Amino acid sequence: MIRFNHVSITYGNGVSGLKDASFHIPRGQFVFLTGHSGAGKSSILSLIFAEQKPTEGEVKVSGYQISKLTAREIPRLRRRLGIVFQDFRLLEYRTVEENVAFALEVTGARHESIPNRVMRALTQVGLASKARGYPKELSGGEQQRVAIARALVNDPHILIADEPTGNLDERATRGIFQLLREINAGGTVVVMATHDMELVRDTGFRTIELKNGRVVYDSGVDDAEAAP
Amino acid sequence: MKHRTPLREALLVFERTPLLSSLSIASIGFSLFTIGLFFLVALNFRRALDVLAERVEVVAFVLRGTPTETVSQATQDITAFPEVLELRFVTEEQALARARRELVEFREAYRDLEVNPLPASFEIRLKPEFRDAAHAQAVAERLRGFPFIEDVRYGRDWVERLDKLRTMAAVVGLVIGYAFAAVAIVIIGVTIRITVLQRAKEISIMRLVGATNSYIRGPFLIEGAIKGILGGVLAIAMCWVTFSVFRKTTGDTGTTLIFFGGLQMTVMMLFAIGIGLGGSLVSVDRQLRSV
Ligand SMILES: Nc1ncnc2c1ncn2[C@@H]1O[C@H](COP(=O)(O)OP(=O)(O)O)[C@@H](O)[C@H]1O
Ligand SMILES: [Mg+2]
Repeated sequence: MIRFNHVSITYGNGVSGLKDASFHIPRGQFVFLTGHSGAGKSSILSLIFAEQKPTEGEVKVSGYQISKLTAREIPRLRRRLGIVFQDFRLLEYRTVEENVAFALEVTGARHESIPNRVMRALTQVGLASKARGYPKELSGGEQQRVAIARALVNDPHILIADEPTGNLDERATRGIFQLLREINAGGTVVVMATHDMELVRDTGFRTIELKNGRVVYDSGVDDAEAAP
Repeated sequence: MKHRTPLREALLVFERTPLLSSLSIASIGFSLFTIGLFFLVALNFRRALDVLAERVEVVAFVLRGTPTETVSQATQDITAFPEVLELRFVTEEQALARARRELVEFREAYRDLEVNPLPASFEIRLKPEFRDAAHAQAVAERLRGFPFIEDVRYGRDWVERLDKLRTMAAVVGLVIGYAFAAVAIVIIGVTIRITVLQRAKEISIMRLVGATNSYIRGPFLIEGAIKGILGGVLAIAMCWVTFSVFRKTTGDTGTTLIFFGGLQMTVMMLFAIGIGLGGSLVSVDRQLRSV
C-alpha cells in the first residue's frame, strides 16, 4: 500500500524534515508514527498525500509514485485517501452533513448518491443525530468525528491522521482512537501520527519511531511483508 | 440537504459574506465609473471637435471671365477628388447677393455698385476623415494647379489648431485612460484577492479531499463574473446619473452632449466581466499554488 524507499526531504530553507527513511506498510495495517515535535511525523504523512515530493528516494502509495505525480493525478490519489488533522479543518458555515457531503461534491460524485453515503459515514462515527447541527455546536471530539466521517465518505483505502487527538481530552481521545481501530478493522490502512505514548502503549500496533527525521525504531521490521 | 452546483456555491458566497461581496462590487463599480466618466468626457470632447471640423471648408476663387464649360468640367474633376464630400459653385452674382444678405454693414456700400467686385468660387466641403490640415493643404495645392483658379483659402491657422487639439486629446485620453484602467485592475485584483484569502481554508480542504483545480476555480470564476456584471451595471448607472445631472445643470436639451452607445456599453460590460474573471483566476491560482 505504502512504500518508502530511502526517502529524504529537505525544505526550501535547508531544514531537513526526513532522512533516509525506508519502510513498507501493507494492506490492512494500523501504524503509529511516534516521536517528539519536529521529529518528522508530519513530513512522512505529507509525502503520502503528495503535499510535497521527496527530495531523494521514492514514495509509492496505492500504486502511485509520488515524485512522478502530475498535477492531474494528485486529486485522483487523494480521493483514495482520507486525511484527518489535529485542528479538524471543518467549514463553520456548513452543517455537519454539508461538511461531509463537501468531500463528495467536490470530487464530482453523483448527487443522488450523496445523502445516503453521508448518512452512512455519519452513522459510522456515531453522529447521525447531529447531521443538521453546525460544527461550533459540537464538542472537540465530535468535531473530529465529523472530520473522520468526511475522510471516510469516499471509502478510502488509507486513512491518514496527523495528531488527531492532539486537541482532545483523555475521554475524547479514547473515543477517537476506538473509532480509528474500528475503521482499521474494516480493512482500511490507518497511519496515525501521535506523540501520546500512553495511547500507543499496549495496543500491539506497529510503531515507527522518529527522531530528528530518522526512523530510529520500527516494531514492524520483522514482518515478512516489510522486506523491500 | 441541498445539492450545490458551482453556481449555487458562488451565490452562497454573496449570502454568507454580504458586506465583503458588496464592497468588492462597489470597488469594481467605482473603478469602472471613474474610467467610464473619463471616457464620457473624451467622447464628448471628440464629438465637439468633429462638430467644429464640419466648418472646415476649402474655397477656390475662380478667375473672372472663365468660360462656363471650363467651370462645369472643373466641377466634375474636383468632385472626383477622393477627399471631397460636396462641391458648390458660387457665381459672381450669387456671391454678391450673399454679401448683401449676410454682411449688413456692407449693404450700403454694395447697393450702387456698377461692377461686381466679388469673384465666383468653388466651395468645397471635405469628407469627415479628411478634415485636417494635411488633407486641406493637399486639396488646396491641387486646386492651385488649375490655371483658372486665382486663389485658394481654407483657414489654415484654424485647421492647424484643430489638429493640435485632436492630437492632444488622443494622447491625454490614451495616457489617462490606461492609467485609470491599470489602477482599476489593481484595486479590483486586491478586492478579489481578499475574498480568495478569506476562503483559503475552504480551498485547502477542497484540495485535501481531491477536488481538481478546475473544480475549485469554477465557483470563483462565476463569482468573479457576477461581480464584474454587477460592478459594470453599477458603473454605467452612475455614469448615466452623473451625465443626466450634468446635462440638467448645463441646460443641454439633449443634442449636444452624448452618452455611451450600445457598442461602448457592451465593451464596458465585457471589460468589467473580464476584470472579474481575470482577477478571480489570478488570485485563485496563486492560492492553489501555495497549498
Ligand atoms: N514547510 C516546512 N518548511 C520548513 N521546515 C519544515 C516544514 N515542515 C516541517 N519542517 C521542519 O521539518 C522538521 C520535521 O517537521 P515535522 O515533519 O512537521 O515534524 P513533526 O510532525 O514530527 O512534529 C522540523 O524541524 C520542522 O521544523
Ligand atoms: Mg506534526
